[in-house]
Amino acid sequence: MPIDKPYLDIPGTTIFDADQARKGYWLNQFCMSLMTAGNRARFKADERAYLDEWPMTPAQKEAVLARDLNQCIRLGGNIYFLAKIGATDGRSYQQMAAGMTGMTETDYRDMMLAGGRRPDGTPRRAPVDPVLVADARAATAGDTRQDTRQDLQDTQNSQNTQESGR
Amino acid sequence: MSTHARITASVYTSHVPAIGVAMDQGRTAEPYWSPLFAGYEPSRRWMADHRPDAIVLVYNDHANAFSLDMIPTFALGTAERYEPADEGWGPRAVPPVQGHGELAAHIAQSVIQQDFDLTLVNRMTVDHGLTVPLSLLFGEQPAGAPAWPVPVIPLAVNVVQYPVPSGRRCLQLGQAIRRAVESFDQPLDVQIWGTGGMSHQLQGPRAGLINQDWDAAWMDRLVADPRGLSGMPHLDYVREAGSEGIELVMWLIARGAMADLAGGPAPRVAHRFYHVPASNTAVGHLILEEELP
Repeated sequence: MPIDKPYLDIPGTTIFDADQARKGYWLNQFCMSLMTAGNRARFKADERAYLDEWPMTPAQKEAVLARDLNQCIRLGGNIYFLAKIGATDGRSYQQMAAGMTGMTETDYRDMMLAGGRRPDGTPRRAPVDPVLVADARAATAGDTRQDTRQDLQDTQNSQNTQESGR
Repeated sequence: MSTHARITASVYTSHVPAIGVAMDQGRTAEPYWSPLFAGYEPSRRWMADHRPDAIVLVYNDHANAFSLDMIPTFALGTAERYEPADEGWGPRAVPPVQGHGELAAHIAQSVIQQDFDLTLVNRMTVDHGLTVPLSLLFGEQPAGAPAWPVPVIPLAVNVVQYPVPSGRRCLQLGQAIRRAVESFDQPLDVQIWGTGGMSHQLQGPRAGLINQDWDAAWMDRLVADPRGLSGMPHLDYVREAGSEGIELVMWLIARGAMADLAGGPAPRVAHRFYHVPASNTAVGHLILEEELP
């Protein structure tokens, strides 16, 4: 009898179960190797050569080189292991988390200050003065906040496409 | 005076790594952090008045002591000493953790004979999951301190690779630990701490999830209806509290060790605190005191 996996439809979430752990074994063990200063230095000196020492799949290596953490997770990575790559790059958990949501670090931090993201995936926003909003809109043509919900959907759509394409 | 050990209180707290960083870098007075640390000031005063002889500290390792080579569901530390781990940013500048080998060996023997097949660990490092709660309750430690103020028995729970142990199993393990402590023939006061949570998700497009209403209701039930709460399925945690919110099952181990789950009186809420955000996470904190003779 197949194992019931009632958690596969949770939006924007990959559960690190035994099947994912099997897929990602070498990817995650590579990450563990970055816990010594010597290995961190060797990795930074020549990332591809260091990755080639590990029996990872080509797709896993490309995802690491591109620092595409969502792709790493799809390919069996787990965030606590992948965090060693962030540590090697000098990045915090919050910077890594922001990167996976498609938000800028500032937008992500603002969302957390406003109470974070709802379980359905939509970000909370602090109520702000409408005059200030108008000013900000005029002043910041590149502001990405209103695009975040769309980004989330785009990320999920591309995830679904890739899942079904496998 | 009792001739045997007893559980005197349980303490619950999130163990966000950024809290440790803020303390280690002397940034606790900054506007972002000061409301959080204010919430732990009563706890530090309480700890000064209620210092135990040992702490059983339930936490999870975050791919530091345990890689994918070995994934123990329940790992009890029976060593005399544990060093802080280098999690990739360098080890925290905090004291080593002094164990309590004699009580740990007793708990191991008693709990395994109560049908819990523990893994026993004599050599491991301890990461922020264990040291951040100590920092929150004991404050900054003097440079060069040989150990934290109280010996600690680490109990590492796998909450990284799914499936994690069920809430029901966690509550039962707490009950078994209580029986083990009470059969140790030295008059020690022992606290049990449950750490991790509350709602948070660190991965994927849903990262940043926080669910304040759910967290508050969960804490209410932890105090008033732990047995009912222990039946909550994993899926509810993941959906409502995020993929890393599932750490909360560890709080049920500490809760299971309280007297009311052994037919005794209900504990008293000595302190309760909640704060959003600490980096990516909702911080929850509770202190439950036993009614002692």
